[in-house]
Amino acid sequence: MDIGIDAKLSLLKKMLLIRSFEEKAETLFQQKLIPGFVHLSIGQEASTAGSCAALRPDDYIISTHRGHAHILAKGGDPKFMFAELFGKAAGYCKGKGGSMHIADFSKGILGANGVVGGGFPIMIGAGLSIKLRKSNQVGMVFFGDGASNRGTFHEACNMAAVLKLPVIFVCENNGYASTSPAGKMVAGGSVANRAKAYGIPGYITDGSNVLEVLEVVHEAVEHARSGNGPAIVENETFRYKGHFEGDRQTYRTQDEIHNYKKERDPIQRFEWQLREQGILSDDLAAQARHEILTRIEEAVQFAMDAPLPAPEDALHGLLVNP
Amino acid sequence: MRARKLTCAQAIAEALREEMERDDTVIIIGEDLVCNGGIFCQFRGLPERFPGRVIDTPISETSLVGSGVGAALTGMRPVVDMHFADFVTTAMDEIVNQMAKIRYMFGGQVKVPMVLWAPDGAGISAAAQHSQCLESWFVHIPGLKVVVPSEPADVKGLLKAAIRDDDPVIFFQHKRLFSRTGPAPDDDCLIPLGKGVIKRSGSDITLLTYSRMTYECLEAAQQLEQRGINAEVIDLRTLKPLDFELIAQSVKKTRRAVVVHEACLTGGFGAEVASRIGEELFEYLAAPVVRVGAKDVPIPFSPVLEQFVLPQVDDILAAVERVFKRSR
Repeated sequence: MDIGIDAKLSLLKKMLLIRSFEEKAETLFQQKLIPGFVHLSIGQEASTAGSCAALRPDDYIISTHRGHAHILAKGGDPKFMFAELFGKAAGYCKGKGGSMHIADFSKGILGANGVVGGGFPIMIGAGLSIKLRKSNQVGMVFFGDGASNRGTFHEACNMAAVLKLPVIFVCENNGYASTSPAGKMVAGGSVANRAKAYGIPGYITDGSNVLEVLEVVHEAVEHARSGNGPAIVENETFRYKGHFEGDRQTYRTQDEIHNYKKERDPIQRFEWQLREQGILSDDLAAQARHEILTRIEEAVQFAMDAPLPAPEDALHGLLVNP
Repeated sequence: MRARKLTCAQAIAEALREEMERDDTVIIIGEDLVCNGGIFCQFRGLPERFPGRVIDTPISETSLVGSGVGAALTGMRPVVDMHFADFVTTAMDEIVNQMAKIRYMFGGQVKVPMVLWAPDGAGISAAAQHSQCLESWFVHIPGLKVVVPSEPADVKGLLKAAIRDDDPVIFFQHKRLFSRTGPAPDDDCLIPLGKGVIKRSGSDITLLTYSRMTYECLEAAQQLEQRGINAEVIDLRTLKPLDFELIAQSVKKTRRAVVVHEACLTGGFGAEVASRIGEELFEYLAAPVVRVGAKDVPIPFSPVLEQFVLPQVDDILAAVERVFKRSR
């Protein structure tokens, strides 16, 4: 599948945007400018950017506690995201959601869910609704290796399969459910393997290869959009940071992280590929980085300058008809 | 001409049929709907009338409720059939963390117009896992509306209003009231959520109740009349939002109140009503508010055990007596 030069460069920029956003979020968190906690996706950029590149703007996604990347990949605005991380009134959720609960319904982002495995059943409903409205959309629900062990995953896979819903289950297997290795917690060899039980396609990708992810997810999306029902795609990926910022990571070695970065960093790998193909030059790479960093700096400035909500705003927005 | 009569089961079917005809986005999701018309046959006729809009699901309550949430977020107005209210326990995350919170948590970007229809209540020897009244759990969760009707006309009017409401509603339908008959309302008669109704006027004491216990309270009021006590009976109909204005008007007049529900006593909704009356109407009260509820055990199977656990008319009479004994 050749997606063309522009699409490749835009994929690269998307991955750079995700990484820059996450690195900035990490710094701001360490500076205690972000309350609560943050879960970063650094290292997983190819999985997320590649998966979302297979979607139409009106398709739905549901994200997770490690959700910044999904929101950005589906077109979320870093300005409103940073404002939300700061708890500002200008944030996506007016400061009521925070890092784990960003949504942008205008872009088909049905929200990041703080409950591990909380998104599956909701996407089943979106799938039903797509079918009833005959809108030819699809829904993509992101999850980790840990969530694949929840009952919600199995109920949703079964229900999506029997009702032939246009839902793609995208597992970003980063090797650890919080602190527990996937190898010790996921029975059956892989998450994608479980697709067999539901009679649906299951794919495994090298989740650090963005073009491979895109190609495979595209196939799953077209399968779903053509009315053939759901599929599971498992992107084997890796997170460079802890489960949350501040995680001491006693469950793994620094070598493991170092080696992955050196050999399989998704952004570096893609840049090498693009250079080999003569698409990316030093100038173009520098220009792309500059463009992204400027966008991030502007977004942070916007969020810093934005006012906090009034305390009594906490009482608004619960019900449509109180 | 005699007024048309209606059972609660018919009221449910009529409400759904009328709302599904009025609005294409209204759908029903649940188990055993298409082949059986619902476990209590309450949806009979609807699958044929609205093909594709009455959706059978596997026995997956988590996905069932979650799919209601997802459908509501993307333009539909789902009615989700819980089969038995007891099974909410298998979908608590979807109800408490998702359905109730999504609008608020996402800063009001979206609405969640769905009805969780949950047949509750004891009295049919369905034992501990098919008989509970769990309304007080959900009253405690900001973001949910809780409806507990008693008579057919209210069932119809409230269900129609709940379907049209843009917020998530849990609609508890007492199982023993399915065959209960009452006068049919006019067509398209909507009853706003959050409005109670005086079922019987009185001046000496207020019996605050809802769902099946409304009928027990009316029976108790009749017996009290023979003892010279004129009881007012209020059917709250909706617990959240609560019609406290109506409660206050009545209690200011009668100066005495008993709260009656079928749910077990400790931590029940009666505690909320009693404490609120105490906080806001203390100076009007002639005596402390007394609560009547089921005994604090699971609902047992054997009819003799079950009836012993459930509140009876005699328990209501005894509570009223206690109130009068302590009146100043």
